[in-house]
Amino acid sequence: MRPLRALSRFTALALATVALAVPAAPALAQDSIRIGLVTFLSGPAAGPFGVPARLAAEAIVESLNAGKAPSPYNAKGFGGSPIELVVIDEAGGATKQVAEFRNLISRQNVDFVVGYISSGDCLAIAPVAEELKRLTVLFDCGTPRVFEEASYKYVFRTRAHATMDAVAGARYLLEQRPDLGAYAGINQNYAWGHDSWADWTAVMSVLKPEAKVTTSQMPKFGAGQYGAEISALMQSGPEVIHSSLWGGDLEAFMLQATPRGLFKRSGLVLVAGEPNLHRLVGNVPDGTIVGARGPHGVFAPKSTLNDWLRQIYQAKAGYAPNYPAYSVAQAFLGLKAAYEKARLEKVQKAIPMGANRNVKEEMEKAYGRPTTEEVIAAFEGLTFDGPSGKVMMKLGKGHQAVQGTAYGMTRTVGGEVRLENIKYYPVEQVQPPEGVNSLDWIKGGLKPGKW
Amino acid sequence: MSQLLAVLIDGLIYASWLFIIAVGLTLIYGVMKILNIAHGSLYSLGAYAAASLAGYWFSQGYFDATVAHFGPGYEAIAIVASYGVMALAAVLVGLVAGPLIERGILRFMYGKDEIVLVLVTYALFLILEDMIKLVWGVDPYFLYQPYGLLGSFDIGDLTYPNYNLLLFAVAVIIGAVLAWVLARTRQGKILLAVIHDREMAAAQGINVGLVYFVTFTVGAMLGALGGALTAPMISVQPGIGAETIVLAFAVVVIGGLGSLPGAALAAILVGLVRAAAVHYRPELDLFSVYLVMAIVLIARPKGLFSTQEVRKI
Amino acid sequence: MSRDRTVNVLTVMLVVLLASGPFLPRWAMFLSTVSLCYGTVVLGMMLLMRTGLVSFGHGLYYCLGAYAAGTLQPFFGITEMSIMIGAAVAVTGAVSALLALLLRKYRDIFFAMLSLAFSMILYGLLVKTSALGSTDGFNVTAETLFGVRIAGTAYERYLIFAVTAFLAWICAMGMLRYLGSHRGRLAEAVRDNELRVEYMGASVANTIHVNYVVSAMLAGLGGSLMAISVGHIDPEMAYWTTSGEFVFITILAGTGNVLAPFLGAAIFETIRSFAYEYSPNTWQMALGITMLLVIMFLPGGLWSLFARTRKAG
Repeated sequence: MRPLRALSRFTALALATVALAVPAAPALAQDSIRIGLVTFLSGPAAGPFGVPARLAAEAIVESLNAGKAPSPYNAKGFGGSPIELVVIDEAGGATKQVAEFRNLISRQNVDFVVGYISSGDCLAIAPVAEELKRLTVLFDCGTPRVFEEASYKYVFRTRAHATMDAVAGARYLLEQRPDLGAYAGINQNYAWGHDSWADWTAVMSVLKPEAKVTTSQMPKFGAGQYGAEISALMQSGPEVIHSSLWGGDLEAFMLQATPRGLFKRSGLVLVAGEPNLHRLVGNVPDGTIVGARGPHGVFAPKSTLNDWLRQIYQAKAGYAPNYPAYSVAQAFLGLKAAYEKARLEKVQKAIPMGANRNVKEEMEKAYGRPTTEEVIAAFEGLTFDGPSGKVMMKLGKGHQAVQGTAYGMTRTVGGEVRLENIKYYPVEQVQPPEGVNSLDWIKGGLKPGKW
Repeated sequence: MSQLLAVLIDGLIYASWLFIIAVGLTLIYGVMKILNIAHGSLYSLGAYAAASLAGYWFSQGYFDATVAHFGPGYEAIAIVASYGVMALAAVLVGLVAGPLIERGILRFMYGKDEIVLVLVTYALFLILEDMIKLVWGVDPYFLYQPYGLLGSFDIGDLTYPNYNLLLFAVAVIIGAVLAWVLARTRQGKILLAVIHDREMAAAQGINVGLVYFVTFTVGAMLGALGGALTAPMISVQPGIGAETIVLAFAVVVIGGLGSLPGAALAAILVGLVRAAAVHYRPELDLFSVYLVMAIVLIARPKGLFSTQEVRKI
Repeated sequence: MSRDRTVNVLTVMLVVLLASGPFLPRWAMFLSTVSLCYGTVVLGMMLLMRTGLVSFGHGLYYCLGAYAAGTLQPFFGITEMSIMIGAAVAVTGAVSALLALLLRKYRDIFFAMLSLAFSMILYGLLVKTSALGSTDGFNVTAETLFGVRIAGTAYERYLIFAVTAFLAWICAMGMLRYLGSHRGRLAEAVRDNELRVEYMGASVANTIHVNYVVSAMLAGLGGSLMAISVGHIDPEMAYWTTSGEFVFITILAGTGNVLAPFLGAAIFETIRSFAYEYSPNTWQMALGITMLLVIMFLPGGLWSLFARTRKAG
């Protein structure tokens, strides 16, 4: 075989694989805005986070496209242009996600990307978004590292970062048990579990330095069997157990710990328990302290926007929205607010048109779509209304949202887990001010910043 | 109660669970020389089937109806029936998935390299994982009732659900029955002949194809049973198979591939080491299993019970 | 394909890749870069497989290479691409030379599983290391190439692509020479019959040792190139599924020619990428089915498509 023939066969084979798929690519609708949505469709994070986020995004897009959202979001789509979703699975790790992100942008040609639940994926995607100059809204990941270790122009995060979980949780706990003497932790052995426990112990050492740690259990992610951990927790005799477990691991832990009477001896703080609450009926003790990283889900105060989200989500999914649904709503509404603000500013600038030449072109330019740069300018530092209240883009040079948060205690009434004794914490009590690293802020005594 | 006793109990409970999930794997390897990654999917399938079937049993009120039917004092009947429903789910999965996989795919692969066979089962694993997702969706399933049905017992300052005793009993029974079948029955002797020398066995008129078929189906059933018995302790969701299969692998390799007593001993070893890690050095829990595996393989390159000393299954 | 022709094809391909690079869409250039990185790792796996060994733990070196390159910045402030790559190759070479002393005594599934145990221990260690971001990992940037600043420039992607292609070419050429050399030919002899190799006066242990180290260094090189082109590393690179993917591509590609790994990696990446997009719920199934079809109908891997036509012509 001649080299060139081999080569041509090689390329032919490669091209054939590509060609099989390419004609199926959807034709680009002329005036729609394409948004890539990246969320877990498989793996353990799909059930509690990924799929609720997807359902919420689809419900929101349908409602926005129909122009049925309440004011100020009642314009159809984004400023009149309908939205089209391209959904991608977030599973597979950071390497694959970087590749998929590049595909989304240069193959699927999306205008914006809304996505990422895993903090690892957020950290990996941010610099790539910067390189490809495409506006990317991180909607659910928690690590404060994204904007504390770097600053980005094209990346926004429309939910508050995870520091508030520990800060507000500890404040709430100490209000309930001011003379707490000993606590323990059970957290998954991966980044989120480590961070959550590190934040928690740091906050406790500031707010209640005399409280002791009895044991810190770090089961591996997805371990499923918690028998030994539960024994160790029971024998160490803490008054309260801190846990950042979520999803299936949380449920398995609760199922195994409840019949063993662990919670008759120790109280429980679940910093990320909200998405699982409705499923844990009968398996969550009354008085468990639960948070949702923001006043989301059951914590969301009544408002027109909240009613709207609850109604469209209920219609789509058949159950009430949890906090990932609120996160994704915040991302879409924030982006819409920024987009429409940019468009409005453009038009307003163009109105006093004294010169009579090029009127047509100038008008077309003014009423055309805002560029990515214009949307970014409008997005930075924006304050907008979400279903759970005001969201302010105030950290990370106007790219990172801040919001207050809420904690409450469970009580099971008539086959339903309710949250009682809900307490809201304003931003300055739970978030570090601009320019201060989260852990430094905690260790420095949690001094409220100016907002 | 001393921590040591807690380590012992926790370790043995974990070991029972490990043995139940690993025994089917070692059986299939022993007879067919296939390290079956799809065992993880069978485990998931068993868990999903049990969660659906037994979930239906409980949610439709059959449990309460049975209790009401037999009257007070006979709740045991309803409890046994509930576990029967779970076991039925596992048997059904084994009877459907086992033959489908063996007849539909594996039989075309016999004679290929061991590693290629691992890859075949890996491909099957990928396919089955997505099929499970298509059938059951990604929302987790719950089946918590059976865990509490048996009540609990106290040792010192700790409480354990009696369900853990059930796990232990099932592990012992499976191990004993398999050992008895192999050592004492005609079928067991046939199996040993096939394990020892497949071609010679075929020459003696043994239907090797049938032996493979039955072995794989039984192995699949055991995998599904592991899942069904685990379902009441966890929330059944995508990905549980992937986590479990690596553990089962480790147990089987530590014990010596295809060795039944090896798997039992390895399960106990891993169970105790892990429980000790959790109680004394929680940060080591993550790699305790792999450390045990590395150390055992370094000391005994073919696992605890290697071929030369003990005949495989 | 004869050696001379393979040399020609390799060189033509390098020229074609380098020349077409600037005109490729961005996603295609990235896909090619990733395929070349994977291909480099699989090239080493191919050598091992020719020696009769399959490692389910090559993620160890892939990850180690990436971390060796990536940690230069936080630890020493070094962001020069050539040093990053050099460090990766050096570190993986040193570690593998040590581990090979142990691993060269193992064969078959035991070799596979002991490698897996080592890679999972590295995974566990990295997950525990909060300073390196635990499972979140951290971002990696190669700021300069031979002292010239590339980060943030318009040609950054192309340069990374070109360096990757060039290094892959060097590796493929080197591997071709090696396979044709005395020691290289010993690999297949070891696979077929170790006793005979020893009778001939050659050392099985040395052959395995050298080949293992070479394959590890290739994995380390691939890992560092991947770290630089993706810009982010995390412990997932050492997880067993990553190693499984390498075995997957090796079998998919076949071991017939040094071109095969690159072909296999390109096809694997393309299938995965498009399956992700068009069937986000069933992309694993698509991969699994591809794998089964290849094993059933192309036992020599995709490369046998080429080999077969050659015989026919």
